[in-house]
Amino acid sequence: MFDRLVPLIIKELQLAVRDPQSRQLLILPVILQLALFPFAASLEVKNATIAILNQDSGGESTELVERLAETQAFPHIQMVHSQQALTAAIDQQQALLGLQLPETFSRSLKTGQPATVLAIVDGRRSNSAQIAFGYASSVIETFAEERASAAGALPSSHIVVRNWYNPNLKYRWFMLPVLVALITTLGSLIVTALSIAREREQGTFDQLLVSPLTPAYIMVGKTVPALLIAMLQGTVVAGAAVFVYGVPFHGSVLLLYVCMLFYGLSLSGIGLFISSLCETQQQAFLGVFTFMVPAITLSGFMAPTENMPLVFRWISWVDPLSHFIVIVKGLFLKGYGPALVWPNAWPLLGIAVMTTSVAYWMFRRRVA
Amino acid sequence: MNATRGLSWRRLVALCRKESYEIIRDPSSIVIAFILPMLLLFIFGYGVNLDSSAIRVGLLVEDGGVEAARFATTLASTPNLAVERATSRPQLEQWLLAGDVRGFVVLPADFSARLARPNTTAPVQLVTDGAEPNTANFVAAYVQGAWGAWMQQRAADHGLKARASIEVVPRYWFNSAAISRHFIVPGSIAVIMTIIGALLTSLVVAREWERGTMEALLSTPVTRAEFLLSKVLPYYVLGMAAMVICMLVSVLLLDVPFRGSLLLLFVFTTLFLGSSLGLGLLLSTLMRNQFNAAQAALNVAFLPATMLSGFIYEISGMPLPIRLATYLIPARYFVEAMQTLFQAGFVGTVLLRDFLFLSASAAFFLGLTALRTRRRLD
Repeated sequence: MFDRLVPLIIKELQLAVRDPQSRQLLILPVILQLALFPFAASLEVKNATIAILNQDSGGESTELVERLAETQAFPHIQMVHSQQALTAAIDQQQALLGLQLPETFSRSLKTGQPATVLAIVDGRRSNSAQIAFGYASSVIETFAEERASAAGALPSSHIVVRNWYNPNLKYRWFMLPVLVALITTLGSLIVTALSIAREREQGTFDQLLVSPLTPAYIMVGKTVPALLIAMLQGTVVAGAAVFVYGVPFHGSVLLLYVCMLFYGLSLSGIGLFISSLCETQQQAFLGVFTFMVPAITLSGFMAPTENMPLVFRWISWVDPLSHFIVIVKGLFLKGYGPALVWPNAWPLLGIAVMTTSVAYWMFRRRVA
Repeated sequence: MNATRGLSWRRLVALCRKESYEIIRDPSSIVIAFILPMLLLFIFGYGVNLDSSAIRVGLLVEDGGVEAARFATTLASTPNLAVERATSRPQLEQWLLAGDVRGFVVLPADFSARLARPNTTAPVQLVTDGAEPNTANFVAAYVQGAWGAWMQQRAADHGLKARASIEVVPRYWFNSAAISRHFIVPGSIAVIMTIIGALLTSLVVAREWERGTMEALLSTPVTRAEFLLSKVLPYYVLGMAAMVICMLVSVLLLDVPFRGSLLLLFVFTTLFLGSSLGLGLLLSTLMRNQFNAAQAALNVAFLPATMLSGFIYEISGMPLPIRLATYLIPARYFVEAMQTLFQAGFVGTVLLRDFLFLSASAAFFLGLTALRTRRRLD
C-alpha cells in the first residue's frame, strides 16, 4: 500500500517545490500576510483625529478640551473656529468625530443646569466613529462626575472595567490566531482543488487513471501533501504569533494539531469535491473562491456571528472555519482544554467525514 | 517588435469575438460575473454586520438593595444588550470562557450600602471578553451608557438638580441610523470588482501559454495592441455588467442609498477596472502558469483589496509603513470613491484625488503589461 502511495505523495510535493516560482508562492504569501495583517486588519481606533468647535469662552470648556487632548485614543485634536470648518473637517474625512461646545456650556455648568455637547459622528465609518464617540463620552462623563463630586453632590458610583484574556484589547491578539486558521484554509483548499484540475487540463490525470492506483489512493495522494503544506504554513504562523508578536498561547499544542488536522481534512474534502466538478483550472479556482469568500466572511472574524441574520448563523454553523477560529482563539487566549474544544471539534470532524465521503463518491462516479 | 504600429479593426473584432466566446462558453465565467456578485453582496451586506444589535452579557446582582435592582432594570432595558441573569460568579466565568456571553456585570454585595454612605463609592464591576476586542469596546460603551442613565435617574429621583451633568448628543451624518451596511456594501462592490477584474484575467494569458495556443497566435499577424485589447475589452464589458448588477442589488434589495452621480460612478468603475484588469493581465503575462498566476492574484489583488483598502479596517489606524503602502493599492481609492458617491454624494477634493490615483494606476498596470507582452516564444 505504502509503496504505491509514497511515490505519489513525493511526486505531489516535488511539484509544489519544483521551480522557484512555485516555491516563492508557498512562502511569500505567508510572510506577506504575517507582516501585514496583524497591523492592518484592526478595528481598533488609533490615530483618530477629532475636530472641536469651542463656541464657549469659559474656563469649563477649556478644561474639557484639555482633558480630551490628553486622551490616548485621540493624538490629534483639530481646533476649528466655525461651523463651516467643522462640517468640512467631517466631510473630507479629516476628522472621525466632531464635538461642538455651545456658547452656553460654561454658564450652564456654573448655574447647575445640564449642559450639552453636540457630537457629529461620521456615519460613513460608523464602527470606528462610534468607538471614538464612546471614548469621548466617557472622558466627558468622568469630567462631569468629578466636577459633581468636587461640589459635594451625591455619593457616587463608578464602573470598573476589566478585559479578560486580552487586558489591553489588542486587536493583534485576536487577529493572529485567526490568521493561523486563514492560512491553513488557503493551503488545503487550493492545493487539492487546483492540482487535480491541473492534471485534468494537462492530460496527466488519464495517466494516473491507467496506473494501478485506485481512486482512493489518488485521493489520499492528493490530500496528504495538501495537509502537510497547510499544517506547515499553519505552524509558521502560530510560531510567529507566539515568538514574534508575543501573543500568549495558553492551551495545548497537541490539541491545536489534532484540530488543525480535522480542519485540514474537512477542507481538503471540499477541495476534492470542487475538483471533481471541474474541468479546467479556471473553474476549480472559481469554485474555491465561491466557497472561500463566504466561508471567511461568515466565519465570525470580520464581524461577530451573533450579529448576523438567523439564516447566516445556520450557514456559519456548517462553516468549518467558524469552528476552527473558535478553537484556535480559545487555545491561544483562553487556554481551552479538551472539554471546551470538543463542542467545536466534533462539528469539524463531522464536516470532514461528510465532505470526504461525498468527494470520494463523486470521484469514483467520474472515474468509472 | 512591430507592436503598436497599425491596429486592424477586423483583427481586433475577431479576437474580441474569440475571447467573448471563451467567456460565454465557460459557465464558470457567467457564475463569476453574475451570480457571485449577488451572493457576495448579500453576504457582505448582512454577514459583515458591525452593529451589535443584541450582545449577550451576564449579570450577577449579589446585593438585595433597591438601587441594585434599579440598575439591573436599566441595564436590561438597554436596547443593544441582551442581559442574562446568573446566580454565581463561577457561572458567569464559565459563560465568558465558553463564549456564551461577551461580558458580564457584577453588583457586589455591599453595593447599596456603599451607595448610601457618604464617603465611599459603589463600584459596578464589568468584565469583557478581550478575545473579541471590538465587541468588548461596544460592551463597555453600552454598559457605561446604562450606568449614566441610571445615575441621572437616581439624581432626579433624589430631588437634586442633575449634578450639573453634561449630556453628549450624537448626530450621525451621512448614515443617520449608523448602519454599518451602508459603508460595507459600497466597499464590498470594490472587492467584487477586484475579483472580476484581476482574478479572472490572471488566468487568460497564462492559459494561452499553457495550452500552447499562444504559439498559434504568435504565428498570426496580430499586433501587441490588438492582443491586449482583445483581452481587456471583453472582460471590461463583463465587469461593467457585474457593476450594474451590484448597483441594482445594493440600491433596490439592500436599501443602501446612492447619493452620487451615475456618470461619476461609470468613470470610476472604468478606471478601476482598467487598473485591476491590467494587474491581472500583468501577473498572467509574467507567470505564464495558471496555478501560480491565480495564487499571485489572490495575494496581490484580492487580499489587499479586503485588508488594506479601508473597506472594513480603518486606514488611519494602521502604522505608518502600512499606511504608506495603502497608497499603492488601487482598491483603496475605489473604496473611498464608492463610499463617497454612495453616502456623501460629492466631495470634490476626495474624488479628485481618487480620480488621479486611479488613472495613474490604470495607466501603470496596462502600460507595464504592454511592455512585458512579447511577440516572441522565449
